[in-house]
Amino acid sequence: MATVLRERVPMGEDPLIRWDWVWNNLDDPILALLLEHLHLSLVPLLLGLGIALPVGIVCARWQRVYPWALTTVNILYAVPSIALFFLLLPYTSFSLWTAIIPLTIYSLVILLPNVTDGLRQVPDHVRQAAVAMGFGPIRRLVQVELPVATPAVIAGLRVAAVATISMVSVASLVGLGGLGQLILSWGFDRQFATPIVVGTVLSVALAFAVDGLLVLTQRWLTPWTRMAAPRRGPRIGGGDRWR
Amino acid sequence: MEVIPALWEWFTRPEVWHGPGGIPTRLAEHIGYSVLALGLAALIAVPVGLITGHTGRGGFLAVSLANVARALPTMGVLLLVVLLAGIGLLPVLIALVALAVPPILVNTYEGVRGVDPQLRDAAQGMGMRGRQVLMQLELPVALPLLLVGLRTAAIQVVSTATIAAYVGIGGLGRYIFDGQSSRQYDMMLGGVLLVVVLAVVVTSVFAGARRLLVAPGIRHHTTASS
Repeated sequence: MATVLRERVPMGEDPLIRWDWVWNNLDDPILALLLEHLHLSLVPLLLGLGIALPVGIVCARWQRVYPWALTTVNILYAVPSIALFFLLLPYTSFSLWTAIIPLTIYSLVILLPNVTDGLRQVPDHVRQAAVAMGFGPIRRLVQVELPVATPAVIAGLRVAAVATISMVSVASLVGLGGLGQLILSWGFDRQFATPIVVGTVLSVALAFAVDGLLVLTQRWLTPWTRMAAPRRGPRIGGGDRWR
Repeated sequence: MEVIPALWEWFTRPEVWHGPGGIPTRLAEHIGYSVLALGLAALIAVPVGLITGHTGRGGFLAVSLANVARALPTMGVLLLVVLLAGIGLLPVLIALVALAVPPILVNTYEGVRGVDPQLRDAAQGMGMRGRQVLMQLELPVALPLLLVGLRTAAIQVVSTATIAAYVGIGGLGRYIFDGQSSRQYDMMLGGVLLVVVLAVVVTSVFAGARRLLVAPGIRHHTTASS
């Protein structure tokens, strides 16, 4: 196969990117697949957050559950994404769920430690103040602890978003995968570099756009973090924690 | 299909333990690619992270570049290099190194930046030069975070190295792709199990490294953030 590839690629004659192809295919495969890519990454992120919040609350409250939850989730993280896509194929066939379920698991893996640690790092005096003001456990959780943990949760969401958006492309091996299809079936299968470059660049751009939106969301949700001037506070969630 | 008996049956077949397609060969290939990629990534990322963290210059640029690399889809990098350079070790290594550099670089950088400025002042007050401050203070203090970065990178590399099989250079991914295309789910699950076991081994290797290498005085300090 290697020789076939080398023969069929006229290197130097074919440029890395042919703008006329990009221009002619802007709407149909490119934009359509970009939107599918967005869909395939946003749904898992939201589902992952929807699962990580209650599980994280349980883990933060009953501390003995946490190591078990963390171990389970870390083992799931080690399962290659391609294997999960293949294993789901017999059940979900070529529906979007084949990609959504594994990607949800990966974002859950990244989010759970951030939610749990974020809730655990709520300072004791803050919690005691809420109790003293007569807050019950649920009101304390919703109005005090979750808002205080928001920066940590969003730090996790940012890592999960970038990871998910770059991982969606692997689902092209099971016929899904948004921009991954541009990379695999439009580019690689036809030995044509332009769609690969376009798919890769758009995927990176999408990751940055979503990341930027999350930064703005955090500013909007936690206006008080901007007023606290000292930059060297306790680092909630830790810059690039990955999991 | 009962998963455990099927797996047991597959693992106890004599032929899966021999020959060029046997588990020992595939495992060696997989570990080989992973170690090579992780080593190259560490050679790039650790010095850059240490120097940018120490001098404080170029750190923003390095972390931004790492974030771009983090957002790169592995499929795109892998297939583009295959298309340009042909099938072989090179595309797989480039894709895996691109995957492994960001977590190592960012964690090393953050680890060095996070060293208490008072400690740095004390080291300088004791007459240490820049290089000594870096090697005798900043590196040991940043080591726990550096190891976290290496571990994250290692697990991602081990799990992603399965894609090496797609461009035909073996590794444990072979079982996953072959099992899928020939509908031998026992073989596929066997491959998955081997990858997961490898990741668990990686985790315990790093736990051991942490115990051996990290100074006792700072060990408990960083457990919360790892």
